[in-house]
Amino acid sequence: MTATLIADTPVDLDAEGFLTDPAQWNERIAGEIAAEHGIPELTDRHWLVVRFMRERYLATGMAPSIRSLGKESGVPVKELYQLFPKGPAKLAARIGGIPKPKGCI
Amino acid sequence: MDALLEHPRTRLPAEPETIEKVAIVISKGSLEGIYPGLIMANGARMEGIEAELFFTFFGLDAIRKDRYEKIKVATVGNPGMHLPTLVGALPGFSALATRMMKRQMEKIDIPPVPEFVELVSDSGARLYACKATVDMFGLTMDDFVPQVDDIISVGEFYEKAAGGQIVFT
Repeated sequence: MTATLIADTPVDLDAEGFLTDPAQWNERIAGEIAAEHGIPELTDRHWLVVRFMRERYLATGMAPSIRSLGKESGVPVKELYQLFPKGPAKLAARIGGIPKPKGCI
Repeated sequence: MDALLEHPRTRLPAEPETIEKVAIVISKGSLEGIYPGLIMANGARMEGIEAELFFTFFGLDAIRKDRYEKIKVATVGNPGMHLPTLVGALPGFSALATRMMKRQMEKIDIPPVPEFVELVSDSGARLYACKATVDMFGLTMDDFVPQVDDIISVGEFYEKAAGGQIVFT
């Protein structure tokens, strides 16, 4: 594994570009990854989702399902897909610097 | 090797192939008949893949107001149950098996059918009822949950599925 520079910070990425160590993450990294994936500006609503994903992962070791994301993050499912059209759970995990969610739901 | 073939194989571009769209047919009305299609549709949307759902025959039960809360596991005629048919036919057995399966699903965060239908619809999948079946059972849009987008014919289904993969369940 090689370290890559994102927002002038060296981070370790997996083959798909997810951070392998959440501790290397910061908000500038989030902004740069988001811009690369079609979200030029992270709004408060984006941040709500990204922080929820990250906190849940750090607390439980697992990324939340889309179901609990829709129920508990404060952002309903419809809006999740408007904020992250290419897949909310995966993209929010990528931006939040946590591994790719593995669940089917 | 290609030189030996009459029609040399066409070389595809190196770009990895991805699925952009799926059209999923749900044709069975049992719990184990309905869930795979819903899970695949939700999974598609989670990957940013477009999804269309076409409910036909007893698969319509998944979107019928009067039935979608009462979907049950088939305990008879289902070799996967590993039970003698007569045991599966005992009164209340299907209800028991359904309760057990629902509990397991809740544990791994799979929602019950009504909530799941709402989830896939909210995630941007489109839901359609099969016209032939609707006519056969004498149903109208009023019989369906509000998430159902339309009643369409097989031909219209193929039009909507154009450019995607069709999955029959």
